[in-house]
Amino acid sequence: MVNTKISLCGIEIDNPVIPASGTFGFGYEFAELYDINCLGTFSFKGTTKDARFGNPTPRIAECSSGMLNAVGLQNPGVEKVISDELPKLAKVFNKKVMANVSGFAVEDYVYTCEKLDKEEQVGWLEVNISCPNVHGGGMSFGTSPESAYEVTKAVKAVTTKPVIIKLSPNVTDIASIAAACENAGADGISMINTLMGMRINLKTRKPIIANKTGGYSGPAILPVALRMVYQVYEAVKIPIVGMGGISTAEDVIEMMMAGATAVEVGAANLIEPYACKNIIDELPAVMERYGIKDLNEIIGGAH
Amino acid sequence: MKQTIFTIKHNVALTANVYEMALVGDTEGIASGQFVNIKIDGLYLRRPISVCDYSEDTLTLVYKVVGKGTEEMAKMVSGQKLDVLTGLGNGYDTAKSGSQPLLIGGGVGVPPMYALAKQLIEEGKKVNVILGFNSSDEIFYKNQFEALGAYVTVTTVDGSFGVKGFVTDALKNTGGYSYIYTCGPEVMLKAVYNAGETSGQYSFEERMGCGFGACMGCTCKTKYGNKRICKDGPVLEKEEIIW
Repeated sequence: MVNTKISLCGIEIDNPVIPASGTFGFGYEFAELYDINCLGTFSFKGTTKDARFGNPTPRIAECSSGMLNAVGLQNPGVEKVISDELPKLAKVFNKKVMANVSGFAVEDYVYTCEKLDKEEQVGWLEVNISCPNVHGGGMSFGTSPESAYEVTKAVKAVTTKPVIIKLSPNVTDIASIAAACENAGADGISMINTLMGMRINLKTRKPIIANKTGGYSGPAILPVALRMVYQVYEAVKIPIVGMGGISTAEDVIEMMMAGATAVEVGAANLIEPYACKNIIDELPAVMERYGIKDLNEIIGGAH
Repeated sequence: MKQTIFTIKHNVALTANVYEMALVGDTEGIASGQFVNIKIDGLYLRRPISVCDYSEDTLTLVYKVVGKGTEEMAKMVSGQKLDVLTGLGNGYDTAKSGSQPLLIGGGVGVPPMYALAKQLIEEGKKVNVILGFNSSDEIFYKNQFEALGAYVTVTTVDGSFGVKGFVTDALKNTGGYSYIYTCGPEVMLKAVYNAGETSGQYSFEERMGCGFGACMGCTCKTKYGNKRICKDGPVLEKEEIIW
């Protein structure tokens, strides 16, 4: 018997596998296919203060070993998430869920986090300061240590639950931004959000995505994510939730060796709806193959 | 939604770039107007293809080669296995058809009309079909629709077969209709929307991420609120469409 349980910011979860925000909705679509209670937890669709339609379509483009998306934080707004989505989610998921929050001003993050912090089923707040697909907000908070510090500090002041700050890879020095979040009181870091990219339609000679740019995700970005998690592990003491291209149990182990305490699985859910279940099912056998008895023993093992 | 491994029974060209692929496997839960999402080796995103026909054990897809995904599909051979998500999308609601529904398919929008025509005829309705193509060499499935017992009018833009012009130029040939079901390029849908005299159901397409409602990659605005083309569509009611 191997141990897949880990503790994420003081909350024990059965395994480190967490579907990433924006690839799992509020869980219902997947709950039609399998019992999603097998997951460690999941990060629900990015929620903002007000309802958002998001960007015009096309929002999606194919890439080598991955995809671009520019959904643009479509969501019904925090009030509707609390009144409509969370009660439905509770019917299919009985564990603590990770609430993913985004905003366009520090006050937006404060408003949304304060509301979601009061929800019993919310275990962690994942604060996205790294969305590449909205203008005048999102990523702009995650591109300097000062603004990352400011958002983290403000959210921590109004919340009681662990706050995990989700970072952008579209920066020159991610470790300094992670350190600023830790200094501001963050309980964890999740990384990486998507890499900004573009595809051009040769027939129309214009970008495929209506937003022009989109976030690149999928197996292609795994090496970038591993490198960045490795760097941030050396810069902070708080736990890291590693993500970027994870599609297999081997990828989970590799990401944990780089320094992640838990992992998020994103694009893989869209291509293979059973991806997270398959990873969880395969994890014990893959651990045994590499002589791992307890996942806790490999966190940061590559350092 | 269901994930099924199908085996290709045949994959044959109907015209220069339109193919018919028959797949053997579990077709439970598939309905007319829905689509399936196919995993293709070497490509990351699955490729959504509309359902043309289905029986107890066979799913038929008719697709046009328009990009990398369909290029790969055209090379596939009998016996090959395919990982397919089925039962995707809302499909057509035949309860609203009235006694004389009119089905309008344009180009690669023709295939979804086939399973629908079959279903409506089984329900005892008098089905008129308008099939629109650019020219006579692009025509497919005319005989198949006629074999079902549908009244078929073909239009070609260049006049090389049937009524010269667009599908809307054949509306007066149908002898009256109670409801419209349509699928085709967006300009055609809009022309039908403007020329059609009854309510109807319009099938849309969009670039998709997942195809089952999780990623919000294909959302459009409707008068009834935001809808995901993959999950809440691809079929929209005429009354809710915002162009």
